[in-house]
Amino acid sequence: MIILVPVKRVVDPYARVKPLADGSGIDTSGVKFEINPFDEIALEEAVRHKERDPNITVLAVSIGASECEEQLRKALAMGADRAILVETAEVYDSLGVAVELKAVAQAENVDVILMGKQATDDDNNQAAQMLAAKLGWPQATFAAKVEFAGRTAKVTRETDAGEETLELDLPAVITADLRLNEPRYIALPGIIKARSKPLDRRAPSAPAQSKIRRLKVEATPPRAAGRKVGSIDELVTELKNKGVLA
Amino acid sequence: MSKLLVVAFNESDVSAGAGLAAALGLPYDVLDAVGSHAVADALAPAIAGALGGYSHVAAVSSMRSKDVMARVAGIVDGAMVTDVIAAQSATVFQRPIVAGTMIETVEVLGSPTVLTFRPAGFKGSAEVGSRTPVTADAGQARRVGANERQGGRPDLTQAKVVVSGGRPLKDAATFESVIGGLADALGGAAGATRAAVDSGIAPNELQVGQTGKIVAPDLYIAAGISGSTQHMAGIKDSKVIVAINKDPDAPIFEFADYGLVADLYEAIPALLAAIGK
Repeated sequence: MIILVPVKRVVDPYARVKPLADGSGIDTSGVKFEINPFDEIALEEAVRHKERDPNITVLAVSIGASECEEQLRKALAMGADRAILVETAEVYDSLGVAVELKAVAQAENVDVILMGKQATDDDNNQAAQMLAAKLGWPQATFAAKVEFAGRTAKVTRETDAGEETLELDLPAVITADLRLNEPRYIALPGIIKARSKPLDRRAPSAPAQSKIRRLKVEATPPRAAGRKVGSIDELVTELKNKGVLA
Repeated sequence: MSKLLVVAFNESDVSAGAGLAAALGLPYDVLDAVGSHAVADALAPAIAGALGGYSHVAAVSSMRSKDVMARVAGIVDGAMVTDVIAAQSATVFQRPIVAGTMIETVEVLGSPTVLTFRPAGFKGSAEVGSRTPVTADAGQARRVGANERQGGRPDLTQAKVVVSGGRPLKDAATFESVIGGLADALGGAAGATRAAVDSGIAPNELQVGQTGKIVAPDLYIAAGISGSTQHMAGIKDSKVIVAINKDPDAPIFEFADYGLVADLYEAIPALLAAIGK
């Protein structure tokens, strides 16, 4: 069984980033790049299943410029068996990503696609569902628990009101939410071993044809400064004056 | 023809759709999926099949709508924008990115346009045209179990008052009595930080923040919450934010309209007494 884990190269989610002065995008100068944290959770999950079942192969894939090799090497160090870089200088929107991932999934004959629910840079939460639609496969988004039994996946997924459990016959697309697991720390032997694992580069299957054009990026306007109150009574009076407390 | 179809997953989405329709300057109909538990692979084709005659299809942002609507966009090759907070026209939208620290303005270049939107930014009104129930076939995925919160308090994303707690609430029983108690006294919903959820103090569907629920109440009371970027991203549309924290340097005091430096275990009982509860 092959589990495909797409990993996106994103700006360090813990760094403070700002818009570029001309508003054309995000200023990434001097900022580290990491694997999208939700993809890292997906990868951890795939590797844990592989460690329990030797018939599982974990294949990591990234779409982007040659720098994405950094994230793919990290994925290999975490335990992926091999990696593919769909190398392009162009920017693909979610639909374009879905088209490219579909091409990889079909070429590699994968059984499961396990990926982050969203990327922490654009927060779109689209690509996996679009990919599932394009493949005609069932999907389970926001996974909190994933089990495989033969050709069936049982996924407990987070919902607006709690949790639900879905059974999906493979092949299927699953997206990882925060509580699926806690990704491992990568130890030095894993990093060394990753250098000799296979990393294939290939061209995109189709040119980027974005249906979304970014016009501007600006900082979120701050809320007007508030103030401290000295007592509960003062707080209650203020809230009543604002009309938010009966 | 330019027309909007609003997919309603909750009853309140029908009126939320009116706000979006007014902002887009489009007439709108409703496709009713209220109460549907159909899995995404069944519901998305049913929605896609109902798009004839519509230039736009939209749903209020939620985990449910993100699951289903992105699959719709995949089926129809739509131009999708997630979490729209404002519309400059029927093709130019604003949305938060990077955990809400920035606002991106995007133009959609294709049709149909598929949107999820946050109702707080859309207060206009419009007359709903038709309302049609959606009918989905059986899906490939099978829903074999659910553990969902039953009634009692209002939904976090709809509530007029939200009371949230962080890790200082210690355990689930304390959270329920202190945060739940104040929420009930104010007729509001209870929420929690990611840290509180991760430490088992609160159930995960109560998580408020960029990776949880986005709330927009009239009154948000944060008790024992330091104010991480990802939490603030989920509450900044609140009309009035109150912070109760015993650390005077907690970052949340920079965002709160009213800050009270106090131990929440003293402040909340005092607040209940002051409002006569």
